[in-house]
Amino acid sequence: MRTPLLTSALFLSLAACGPSGAAEATGDGLTGKLTLTGSSTVAPVALEIGKRFEGLHPGVRIDVQTGGSSRGIADARSGLADIGMASRACKPSESDLDAHTIAQDGVGLIVHSDNPVESLTDDQVRSIYLGGITNWNEVGGPDAPITVVNKAAGRATLEVFLKYFGLDEKAIEADVVVGDNEQGVKTVAGNPHSVGYVSIGTAEYGAGNGVPIKLLPTDGVEATTENVGEGTFPIGRPLNFVTFGEVDPLAQAFIDYCRSSEVHDLVTDLYFVPVRNAE
Amino acid sequence: MPRQRADRILVWSLRATSALAGLLVLMILGFLVFESLDGVRRVGAPRFLSDPGWHPNQGDGSSEFSLLPMIVATLTTTLGAILLAGPIGILAAVYCRFYASERVSKLFRRLIELLAGIPSVVYGFWGLVTLVPLIREIAPPGASLAAGVLVLFLMIVPTVALLAFAALKDVPKQHLEGAAALSLSRWSTLRQVVFPSAASGLGIALLLGTMRALGETMAVLMVCGNIARVPESLFDPVRTLTANIALELGYATADHRSVLFVSGLALMIMVVGLVVVQDRLQRRASLG
Repeated sequence: MRTPLLTSALFLSLAACGPSGAAEATGDGLTGKLTLTGSSTVAPVALEIGKRFEGLHPGVRIDVQTGGSSRGIADARSGLADIGMASRACKPSESDLDAHTIAQDGVGLIVHSDNPVESLTDDQVRSIYLGGITNWNEVGGPDAPITVVNKAAGRATLEVFLKYFGLDEKAIEADVVVGDNEQGVKTVAGNPHSVGYVSIGTAEYGAGNGVPIKLLPTDGVEATTENVGEGTFPIGRPLNFVTFGEVDPLAQAFIDYCRSSEVHDLVTDLYFVPVRNAE
Repeated sequence: MPRQRADRILVWSLRATSALAGLLVLMILGFLVFESLDGVRRVGAPRFLSDPGWHPNQGDGSSEFSLLPMIVATLTTTLGAILLAGPIGILAAVYCRFYASERVSKLFRRLIELLAGIPSVVYGFWGLVTLVPLIREIAPPGASLAAGVLVLFLMIVPTVALLAFAALKDVPKQHLEGAAALSLSRWSTLRQVVFPSAASGLGIALLLGTMRALGETMAVLMVCGNIARVPESLFDPVRTLTANIALELGYATADHRSVLFVSGLALMIMVVGLVVVQDRLQRRASLG
């Protein structure tokens, strides 16, 4: 024991890392840990609202993980997550689950901001993704092969995209498969001849922060959060919190908070459309 | 405590801990086999190679479970990486041990140790941001088998070099002195005395490098493109077994999940196979 002072200082600092004792809970005495897993589109919203919620209820910890909407639904069912996050409406096979919509979003096509192409028709998009059109000069762009960016299976953004364009997953000829929205944005931003599709909220957020991507209109309608909010954008989808069976009070409190008007600013900051009134 | 008793306690504790380590490996193997059984039974083993593609999640029963594209991807990325990293790593070790001055050798080794410590996700990130656009200049889309091979090569060359250096250092001094007494040239000494003597150690260096490349997940997930199709050229995107498991296990249910465990089992079998081969070679080397 050559340096008893140092050693005891180390042990004391370790002890300070322990659980932060009896926190002052605000009136309703909410404490505990909530786990949310699933969609990478919903995750940033859940994270931001979660931080504010933790600030209001110091005994609460909100843990958010991504993994895709299918993971959110599977985890909600199996109980691995208290709340599953899904960026699409529930399918008929998921009628055993309850969906609570916390925001609206859309799926938009993105290309690099240096790409001169301003819009693509639905048929052109179908053809590109099925491998029919392979060069940008066939759609009014430069002479370069198109790098098609697709989303991995199990992602709701993929399913919404396939449903709108009437495509079969097996028939898609892609060059790169990405996981979450951020990876999609990074891939398109890093390749001037690529095309992909991501959540409009994520794309606007990135473009707003200087990432070199731009959203293309679909069927003549600009891919903006406003158009999603007004319902004029054709590829819209709800951002849902999904629960299975009985919901414990902490989870219910968090869900209600996410749907309240107190967090509208957080939702709009992330370029999503807030829910008008709790249904 | 009398020495006899202390020795016995030590021997038994050592037996217990090594049994525990061995048991862990067997448990993992058993768990993989158990989770794969369902898949093998319901899907049928031949389909893992004969199905037209990898589309495991079709709700209407038309799922396809071919693991062939992923197996090809894993094997080719690993093979490419070790073909590059093996010679370069070993030659770097030879340089450090026999040709460089003590100071340069030490500096070089510190640099390699630093490289060996960089987390794989950093290699993947660098690959995505720097290497993939470079490859894209040659052949779009950039995220490809070639990118995977290069990133894996960078990751395993420090491992191979450091282990090879340790093996070369273990060559008994008498061998080197004997070669000098016979006035063998430096290269002859290396070829006829050092390499045969260090063969098993060099083999282990190559083996561990290969195993690291086989098991790598994050880096290949970020630079290989993740398209589950058998590559037709070096610049086609691929998806390795490890990347496949990482992308899909989070949400896979029933058959899909079971087949992912089958792919995990396939990886484990590859590793076991490598270890067995290395063991056989080593035994032959020590007998001959």
